[in-house]
Parts: sequence; C-alpha cells; structure tokens
Amino acid sequence: MTPGVARTPRALSGRPVEEITLEAAVRGDLSPADLRVHPDVLRHQAAVAEEHGNPQLGENLRRAAELTALPDAEVLAVYEALRPGRSTFAGLEAIAARLETADAPLCAALVREAAEVCARRGLLAG
Amino acid sequence: MTNGDERIPAAGDVPPRLGRLDALDERPVNLDGFAQRDDEAGLVAFASANDPEPSVALDADGRVVELDGRAAADYDLIDAFIAARGLDPVVAMEANAVDDIAFARLIVDPGTPRAEVVRLAAGATPEKLARVVALLQPVELQMAVAKMRVRRTPSNQAHVTNRLDDPLLLAADAATAVAYGFREVETTVPVNADAPSNALAVLIGSQVGACGALTQCSIEEALELELGLRGLTTYAETVSLYGTEKAFIDGDDTPWSKAFLCSAYASRGLKMRVTSGGGAEALMGAAEGRSMFSLESRCVALARAMGAQGVQNGGIDGASVVGCVPDGMRELLAENLLVMLRDLESCSGNDALVSESDMRRTAHTVPLFLAGSDFLFSGFGSIPRYDNMFGPSNFNAEDLDDYLVLQRDWGVDGGLRPVTEQRMREVRERAAKACLAVYRELGLIAPGDEPTAGFTDDHVGEVVVAAGSKDVTPPDPQAILAASDAIMERQIGILDVVRALFATGFEEEARRVLAMGRARVAGDYLQTAAIFDEQMDCLSKVTDPNDYRGPGTGYEVPAARREEIAAIRQQRSRADLLARHAAGAPPATAGPQPFRLVERGPAQVGADPREVCIGVSPAFATKLWLTMSGLPVGEALAEVMAGIAAEGCTPRVVRVSSTVDLGVIGLTAAELAGSGVGVGLQAKGTALIHRKDQAPLACLELLSIAPLLTAAMYRELGANAGRHAKGLRPAPVRNPYTDQAIEARYHAEVVSLIAVERGESVPGAPPVDLETRR
Repeated sequence: MTPGVARTPRALSGRPVEEITLEAAVRGDLSPADLRVHPDVLRHQAAVAEEHGNPQLGENLRRAAELTALPDAEVLAVYEALRPGRSTFAGLEAIAARLETADAPLCAALVREAAEVCARRGLLAG
Repeated sequence: MTNGDERIPAAGDVPPRLGRLDALDERPVNLDGFAQRDDEAGLVAFASANDPEPSVALDADGRVVELDGRAAADYDLIDAFIAARGLDPVVAMEANAVDDIAFARLIVDPGTPRAEVVRLAAGATPEKLARVVALLQPVELQMAVAKMRVRRTPSNQAHVTNRLDDPLLLAADAATAVAYGFREVETTVPVNADAPSNALAVLIGSQVGACGALTQCSIEEALELELGLRGLTTYAETVSLYGTEKAFIDGDDTPWSKAFLCSAYASRGLKMRVTSGGGAEALMGAAEGRSMFSLESRCVALARAMGAQGVQNGGIDGASVVGCVPDGMRELLAENLLVMLRDLESCSGNDALVSESDMRRTAHTVPLFLAGSDFLFSGFGSIPRYDNMFGPSNFNAEDLDDYLVLQRDWGVDGGLRPVTEQRMREVRERAAKACLAVYRELGLIAPGDEPTAGFTDDHVGEVVVAAGSKDVTPPDPQAILAASDAIMERQIGILDVVRALFATGFEEEARRVLAMGRARVAGDYLQTAAIFDEQMDCLSKVTDPNDYRGPGTGYEVPAARREEIAAIRQQRSRADLLARHAAGAPPATAGPQPFRLVERGPAQVGADPREVCIGVSPAFATKLWLTMSGLPVGEALAEVMAGIAAEGCTPRVVRVSSTVDLGVIGLTAAELAGSGVGVGLQAKGTALIHRKDQAPLACLELLSIAPLLTAAMYRELGANAGRHAKGLRPAPVRNPYTDQAIEARYHAEVVSLIAVERGESVPGAPPVDLETRR
C-alpha cells in the first residue's frame, strides 16, 4: 500500500470492500459486480508494483485497469485476434482504434505493436 | 538401452555376464532414459555451440537496438517483445559490461543486497544472465536461491485431481491438502467438460478447515478465464511461454496474445503466473540448436517483460527431457533462480516424476527444498500417483510422510505440517458433506440421479476413508457432466456458492469463500508472490519481502512452526515406551500370575561345576517387559534356561544392578557361576556368553541384533553356554543379519530403553539371586 495514503478499495460496482459481508450476500444484496475489481484498485496496485521496482508488472496492471470496462466476450475476442494467423494488419488496426475509443490506450498500443511485429514475421492472416 | 562403449563379442565367445552388472541392471534408475549431448537437437543443458554471444546496444532514445547478437531488423517475436520493454535501459550497458564471474559472485555473496542484484539483473540480456548463472555450482545455486527468492516465507502448492472427477472426493482431497498446509490447490480434468464441477468442488473443499488457500482449474484458456471470472477459481498458471519463435507459434500464441491474457486475468482480479520450463522446445523439435538454459532465460525475460508476476518453471512437462542430459538437474534448479533474479515469483516445478529411482527423484528436489522457494512444488501430488491427472508429480501422496520427515530432519519449512488422523477425518467428512450440500442446494444433481451420482451418505462415508478414487464407487459420469453444464448454463458463481453454503449450515465455509471474493476486490494478491496465510493476511514481495543477508537473517522457522514440524505422528517419547512395556507387566491384581522374578538375597559364588549363571539387567522384568523383537522378557529367559538345562547344566538367575553394560553383567554372572560360564541378558533382548577369565568386552558369543532374535536363538545360546561350561567348543549361534535399515528403525527406542535401564541401576549394588515364578 502506498505509504501515508489511506485507501478504501471499492468494487467495480462502487461498493466499498467492507460492505462485502456474508450478511449482505445472504440477504441477496450483492451482485457479481460487487466482487469485481475496480480500475482504481488496479491502478493503485500498479503504482505499488512500480514503487517496488517492477514497472512491467505496473504496466500490466494498468492495461488490466483499462480492460475492466470491456465485457468478457470482447476481452476474449481481442485475445483471439492477437493469436498467430488470426488477423490482418487492418483488422488489428481496427481493434486498436476501438480500444482507443474505449479508453484503453495502453491496450491499443500493445495491439499496434503486435500488428507491426507480426507483419514483419509473416504471422498475419491473408 | 544404448551404450557406446559396449563391444559385441564374436559368437561362441560370450563371456559370462558379470553378476555385479546384472544386479545393477535391476535398479530402478536403469528404467530412466539418458541421452548423449546433442547440440543440434537442443539436447544440451548449458552452453550449446549454437547459443549466441550476449550483446546489447541502445540508440540515442534508449531503445534496445541489438539483443544477444541480433539487430533490431532481425528480431524474432521474442527478441522484439523483450527489447521493447523487458530490459531496464538505465542499467543495460552497465549490467552487460560486468564480468561474468564478478556478476555470479554478486548473486551468491550474502554481503551484496538482494536489491542490488535485482537492479543489475533487470538490465541483463537473457544470454548474459544465462551465462552468469551457468557458472554457479550447485551449492552456490542454493545460496543464491535462499537470497534471491522473492517472498520471505516459503510455501507450497498441491495437485488435487482424480480419475473419476468425483466432486465429493475432490472436495475431501482439497480439504486434506489444506490441512497439510498447501496454500495453492491446482486441479484439472481427465474429461474437459467436467471442469466447472471440479473447480466448484475444489473451491468448497479448499475453504474447509482453514481460509485463504488459492485454487485453480487448469483447462483450455477461454474456459479457465471464465471460471475465474465467476469466482470459482482464484488464480491461473497455465499461460505457457516458449523460448523460440517456432515453438511459440506451435503453441498457437504470440508474446502479445499472452501479454494481453495476463492483463485480462488481472482485469478480473485474478492472480496469474506464466509457465515455461526447459526441454519444451527440444520436445517440440523447435530448439534451434540452442541450450535449454539459454532458451529458458529468454522465457523468463519475456515473462518479466509481459508484466507477469511469476513463473512456473524448473522443467515442468519437459523436466525429464532436461533430466536426461548431463547437468540436467542443475539446469532445473538454475531455471528457478533465473525467475528470482528477475524479481518474479518462483513456482518451482518438481511437479513431474523425473525418475523411477526414489534416490534420483529425491535428489532432484532436495537442493531447492533446503534453500526454500515461493512455491517449492508447482504441484506436489497431494493425491495418489494414479489419481494425478497432470501425471504423477515428483512427490505424491505416497511421499507425504517422507516429506514431513525431511522437513524435520533439516529443520526446514517446506510449507507442510503433520495432520492427525482425527483432523484428517474431520476435514474430509466436512468437505464431502459441504460439497454434497451445495450441489443439492443449487440443484446441480437431479434428485433422481443422486444415488448413481454418488450424492449419498454412503458415498460420503467411502470418500472420507478412501486413499484414492480406486476405493470409491465410481459416480455416474453423466451426472457430473450434467452438473457442469448446469454450472455453465445457469452462470453459477461465487455468490451462489456462498449462499448455498450458508443455507445448508456451512456458515464458516460460506464466510471463507466470500473472503476469497473480497480479496480480489482489494487486489493485494496481484502483487508478486502473493499468498494468503490462514489469518487471510496477504504475504507477498510487498508485505513479506525476502531479507536474507547471510546467517541470522531472512526467514527463520518460528518456534511454534518448528514444534509443528517436529511433531510427526511417528514420534515417540519415553513415556510412550514405558506405557507399552507396562502393558506387558504382570497384573497387580490377584489371579493367575504370569512370569515374574523374586529376589532371594545376595548372590554367592557357586560350587557346582555344571552351574551356569544368567545375569539380567537392572530393568529386566521391573520396568521393561518386552525385548525389541516383541518377545516377553520372561520367555527369552526361560528359553536360555531351558537351553542350559538341556545340556545337563544348572541355570541360576542373578540380577546385576550395578551397571547397564551387558559385558560386565555377563562377566559378573560368569564369576558367580560354579562353571565360570555366564550369560548376560538385557531387557531389550541383547544376550551374550561370558567366561570369568575373559576381559569384559571379550565375550565368547554375542547376539547383538535384538530386534531379530527369536526364542529358538535364545535356547541355542543357553545350550552353547552349557557346552562351554562342559569345556566344549560349540559352533557359535549365527546372528540374524539383514539388509534393512535396522538401526534407523530401532535406535530411537534403544536410547529410551537404555535410559530406563540406567534409571534402574544402582552403582555398587551387589548382585542378587532371583527366583523365577510363573
């Protein structure tokens, strides 16, 4: 935890972590979004990782923060598109553009980088 | 088997096979395959002729434009990904300029802080780090592992699977694994479609008895991710990396797809590590002629570049390929160190049976075990070998006692603890019942199918006592498939499980399962090498960093944990021994009295030349009533007396209380005997024949292996004593020799027996005559 910074993690739903109780679960007050991680929590954890000397883990967690807003199916679709021979250069560019509009610039950059290297190594479709 | 040196003799000229080699051929190690080094095939542990020279170059913007002999334009996928984000540009030139031996010394030297090594390693190219680590001797690797692993407190992971995908058995075995102390539990399936049911059963079982164990279901990527999203699992580790582009593509991924997957897991709050491990590329025919270690160093650098918090390596599926080449076992340990040097969590392999030889497979694991790791096994087979659907691990349920004893022998925390029979029964029963209750409450099994699906009290009973799936009635596979389908179709998730546990009376387990959900909201366990202890405290690089800096620093086994490790179920105290002997003592109440000895006053030297004295030890039939072979002491004595009588001699029994030394006891008996021949008999059963003109240690005959002595041998010893008394020279009674570790089995007991004898002895006390009564 960042020294000196008080932190009350909230779930993706906005519910504070201390409200995630057995009593609430049994009453039926909790939904799956109450057990999903919030992007702010991931960015906080990214900062912790960076402070502890692992910027790559930080970057991964920042990409993860971006992906919290994407539905599961879309996340899996992007993964699938990045596998060898699945996509054209233009297809990957379209995904990158879509990620950018979805406020996921780090993920978009990762996709663009993949497109470039895969093109050079002959690993794109078509 | 091939052996380059074997000459084929001409027909008719075949010399007899040497017995020594025949015997060696039968040894289990000769079932293992061994390969000659073959650089082209990648069958080489370290330093293939085709490994590149380490190199690095940066452009003006700090971009890595040359990596291990390749210019940017020629980068393959792996080079490109590592060059883009894997190396710290600030340190790259410095790190790669350090002399290899000087670098290696920094890694081992306890005086150089871990952080300094991590800083430098962050700039080292894969080949540079491979060359440096290859210089370390085995004991230096151990030192380096102790210093460089990320988490201070070592831990362990279990495999929990069975051939039947029987949910109740999975739950009971998961609970058993947690009772033993495993903090991660990994399951998988023989039948793919059973995965949701297996994940659910293991989740329930893992939270019985203690909270906080992480669980995983190793399955195809998309389904594994989905089970994680639902909260039915809490971590993943089957994201595979390879050290060559061809192997990577054959694995149907690129570093970018895998990096994206890492982020995808983290985006749903799931802990994740990647998997690599030497030998995989050679197995796929895609090693590009490079050494296993050189390729593994690329995998680990890639893992760091992707932002994975940890790596499972140390051979893994290719462990036996690494093991078949020279230096293979050292390579496997060195792989774990590469991960630690990159400041990542090491989940350290030992999860594939690397040899048919118990000696060899143990020797593979022990160096790491002694040094400590974030996870000593990336799957200790906590279930029997045959039930391990990953294939047998290097250590399995059959080896749990050996492992606990190894912890105790070395005072090492291997992450596990002894479990009493009562405790194991409790957690197995509660887990099986909780699993049954949840499946019922969620309607995962149609009521009519419950008997065939194994959702019955009888089946719970079978599961509790079962060693493995061969001991239970197989549940109907269709019922498990139907349960899995229901979990998927109805989108069953962690909240459903929590509510079902609560509704069926498993409130504590409900609370613990929910706590696993809450943990992912908090996100602390996304940090490197995170586990939860049984108080749900998160131990990671951030909260529990390894601070080893030589003797007196780093992880020291806490006193309570030391006691726990020592208290194996086989441990016996002197009180236990005395209680066992007391059970063999004559009853204090009236009734038919078995054997006992009654004192008759001070013993004098006898006059009868046919008299043979038997001297018994201080605790003989006072505190100790059984010999080490389990014979009542009275019977051993009666046999000696009968043997003496059979030779026409007269036995007389005396107690020599002044000493515990059997030589002196026997000699004292001889000095009292009219014949000058005596027998010494200790309560533990050791016996000898003495003559009064001999030195105390120079007896005539000695039966020394008390645990193997029989009634017939005591009789024969008595007879020989009689023969000596008559001036004959009989053939000595043969000691029963054995190739068993007889001393290991009995020496602990001997110490207690001698201590009891010592307690009963009275220095200077004169010998007394005894009368035997039955």
